[in-house]
Amino acid sequence: MTMVDTFLTALMLQAGYNAALVALGAGLLGIAAGAGGTFLFLRKRALVSDAVAHATLPGVGIAFIVMVLLGGDGRSLPGLLLGSAISATIGLLLVEWVARRTRLAEDAAIGAVLSVFFGIGIVLLTVIQTMSRGKQAGLESFLLGSTAGMLYQDAVVIAVGGGLALLAVLLLRRPMTLVAFDPEYAAARGLEVRLIDLAMMGLVLGVTVIGLKIVGLILIVAMLIIPAVTARFWTDRTEHVVLVAGALGGVSGYLGAALSASAPGIPTGPIIVLVAFGLFLLSLFLAPKRGVLAALLRHRRFQLRVHRRQGLLALAHGEAVLDPLTIRVLRRDGMIRGDLVPTEAGRARAAKALRDERRWEIARKIHQDEAIHGRYDGLTPIETVLTRDEIAEIDRRIGRPVVAGGAA
Amino acid sequence: MGHTVLELAADGGKAPAAEAGGAAALQLAEMTVSYGEKPAVFSVDARIPARSMAAIIGPNGAGKSTLLKAALGIVPRLSGKVTVFGEPFRQARHRIAYVPQRASVDWDFPTRVIDVVLMGLYRELGLLRLVRRRHREAALACLDRVGMADFAERQIGQLSGGQQQRVFLARALAQGADLYLLDEPFAGVDAATEKAIIAVLKSLKEAQKTVLCVHHDLATVIDYFDHVLLVNVRKIAEGPAATTFTADNLQATYGGRLASAHIDQLKLPA
Amino acid sequence: MMGSAFVQLSLTPILIGVLSAIACALPGNFLILRRQALIGDAISHVVLPGIVVAFLITGATASMSMLLGAAGAAVVAVLLIEAIKRLGRIEPGAAMGVAFTSMFAAGVLLLEQSDTSTVHLDVEHALMGNLESLIWFKARGWESLFDPAALAGLPPELPRIAAVALLMVLLMLVFWRPLKLSTFDEGFAGTVGVPTGLMGFALVVAAAVAAVAAFDAVGSIIVIAMFICPPAAARLMTNRLEVQILWSVVFASLSAVLGYVLAGYGPLWFGADHAVSAAGMIAAVSGVILAVACVAAPHRTRLGAPKDAG
Repeated sequence: MTMVDTFLTALMLQAGYNAALVALGAGLLGIAAGAGGTFLFLRKRALVSDAVAHATLPGVGIAFIVMVLLGGDGRSLPGLLLGSAISATIGLLLVEWVARRTRLAEDAAIGAVLSVFFGIGIVLLTVIQTMSRGKQAGLESFLLGSTAGMLYQDAVVIAVGGGLALLAVLLLRRPMTLVAFDPEYAAARGLEVRLIDLAMMGLVLGVTVIGLKIVGLILIVAMLIIPAVTARFWTDRTEHVVLVAGALGGVSGYLGAALSASAPGIPTGPIIVLVAFGLFLLSLFLAPKRGVLAALLRHRRFQLRVHRRQGLLALAHGEAVLDPLTIRVLRRDGMIRGDLVPTEAGRARAAKALRDERRWEIARKIHQDEAIHGRYDGLTPIETVLTRDEIAEIDRRIGRPVVAGGAA
Repeated sequence: MGHTVLELAADGGKAPAAEAGGAAALQLAEMTVSYGEKPAVFSVDARIPARSMAAIIGPNGAGKSTLLKAALGIVPRLSGKVTVFGEPFRQARHRIAYVPQRASVDWDFPTRVIDVVLMGLYRELGLLRLVRRRHREAALACLDRVGMADFAERQIGQLSGGQQQRVFLARALAQGADLYLLDEPFAGVDAATEKAIIAVLKSLKEAQKTVLCVHHDLATVIDYFDHVLLVNVRKIAEGPAATTFTADNLQATYGGRLASAHIDQLKLPA
Repeated sequence: MMGSAFVQLSLTPILIGVLSAIACALPGNFLILRRQALIGDAISHVVLPGIVVAFLITGATASMSMLLGAAGAAVVAVLLIEAIKRLGRIEPGAAMGVAFTSMFAAGVLLLEQSDTSTVHLDVEHALMGNLESLIWFKARGWESLFDPAALAGLPPELPRIAAVALLMVLLMLVFWRPLKLSTFDEGFAGTVGVPTGLMGFALVVAAAVAAVAAFDAVGSIIVIAMFICPPAAARLMTNRLEVQILWSVVFASLSAVLGYVLAGYGPLWFGADHAVSAAGMIAAVSGVILAVACVAAPHRTRLGAPKDAG
């Protein structure tokens, strides 16, 4: 079979039970991570997940040691995940405690917890390597994830875990959306913001722990952050960001797992992250409203609008146009000649600009409401603020167009 | 470069930007600043005369601070030219002292009051020159002028809001500038501080310096300032306070936000 | 313990550990005050793709090309973070998260796809370093410190990290004033002629250089821990930046020495016969120091109001 064939086979869940379960699990996990990470991202706490993820490592080590001391195998996935959840929780609480109780900011707290916990984790791993049973423990796979040679029951744990995390997102999405969007309003509505924050962190913790085996603790952070950031380019509404991020995360997880299953050399975690990053890059540049390309075009248009307007007002006031860009714009529009003398069209447009200024002046005297004053920014055409009748009324006050050099 | 020949029935008498400048401490020509797609400041021309006490006045969100920061190059301009004492901004930068809003820095920063004031001597000290006794004495003298000499060794986080503002002013004094630009110097300070600050500013004016403040308290405008620039995204009016700080101009600047009842209570030029 | 075996086996690793810790802690002080502590985290993650790419291009594990590759990756990461922040208007934390995880993933993928297994280039090495292996073969005792032949046999990591640590000290002394000024009040700094944008970028590049040099010897865990823990603990000890820097150097050195000793000799005290990861232990000790500072340091709570978000 070619690689494409194997990829398609994996994509259709035909590449064996384990591969299918892993792909499903990765897809479900991706959805849960994308949606859960969105809440974190909107709360501007994306990198808390980095601390949580790195803080799982000592738990994995301790769980292994404890299980071996109790006479077990030490490699039981549920046991290791439980250990990781406990130490991640401690790490999370420490981040919050340091940020609240000391003068250190949250970023310092995150960095300290992640590096120190990770360091302790590494120490434990070297301890385990010296244990008689530690040689084949394979705990290093938690660093980068590994689905090669995964046991059937481990795959089930991941698929079920992914499903549970997704269920939690579905149940909690309303209150979490409210809190992420506007915590004060949410509090005023009687929501327990602290409790919901805690639930949000619990969800992130769950996703991290389940993701350990597939993508590893360093890259699970990517699954929590990248889809949320990507989704932000496509919509401004919180609920939609959650949906889009979930979809993007699911696609990345599923595609990445299938790709990895189709070629033995491709590690699952990195490929999932790179798929997500590819989607991010596409969105960064091409998204219709917030994408870079659209923003550049819009900014350029806006800049030209400002300069055109300023140039016309300068012409109207009989001032010299000095700004080189303004001169270029006016010349290109045929408003001035090469020697900076206004053309017929230029005079007419300048007169219209001046007349609009007068109209605004009157309008601001007549209408005291802020809706109108707030729009007086030099660019908003008065026609978009007042009705035709209102403008006609203003024109009556101004009187006949007393403009030299052509009618408006 | 010639003037345009177009003479419309405009509010004439405005000198072309290229000609003026001799006596102006700060001159802005067609300055536009925008955050995103909405202008925060649109095409503002201004001419702050040398040796004046000037105020930028306007409602919240009218772009007052933005105007000041854009003039200083702290936020980028979309268009416009800034001239200081007739020279391009870059060449005249050493003649300007800037007092930012108090809330723009982290007061938990590990440093002392005297160190903040010494920052005003950065130009003189440069990278490596040692802080000598005369530098310290100069800094202490500036602190003394704002009534903060006793606090020189304090950690800055221990200061009250008004004291922080005075320290910032002392730092600006240490710069020995000709033009002082202050962003909301009276915001949230106690009455004693306000008095101390205005006394210092008045002494600056007496020493032939120019002062320009972003100011929000309409009640004190006439007492404090002799030149006003009324802005609300666009320039509404500019000129001597006595002729420019009028009910009409205020109404035009503030719109519905300023009830006429409020204006009636204001101290306006006689 | 202080005899020739110590000089041969422990002196150079301890010195390299201490110098690495100091080189990272110095820029770390400013990163913490600028709320950019996690730049250190980001930089240390992208060192891996840097050295992998350098290896794929040159086909050799020459230290110099690896270092250049890592430094290049750090600069690329910083630019990428900046680009994502500005272009996408994404908050800095999330922008960092996107950039460094993606680059790390690319590094791991490249590593797995290429035949690097023969050249001792692996992820764990990147994470943990090989501090224990940086021994001084030619040393015969303390007298070797004056023996040119023995000195020529010093592990090359030592002079390298010493040079970088010295560079950090010099840079900090020369640029102390503009660095402090632009960290405290960026707007004002700009008006007196400090190139604030350049200052910020240079700081991050300096941090990257420190991270890369230290990383080679001690792995990325120590790098992150030293960027953050000693300066953070030092912040809680004093209200003067000058004093804070000194404390951070003390804490960094203490972590390195204690961590190395505990990792090497600690297990023996418990009857185990294998040492544990020195890099991990150094990070752990720095964490303990920070924890003690958090509950007992003299200046552990805020004084001034935090900076206005708006």
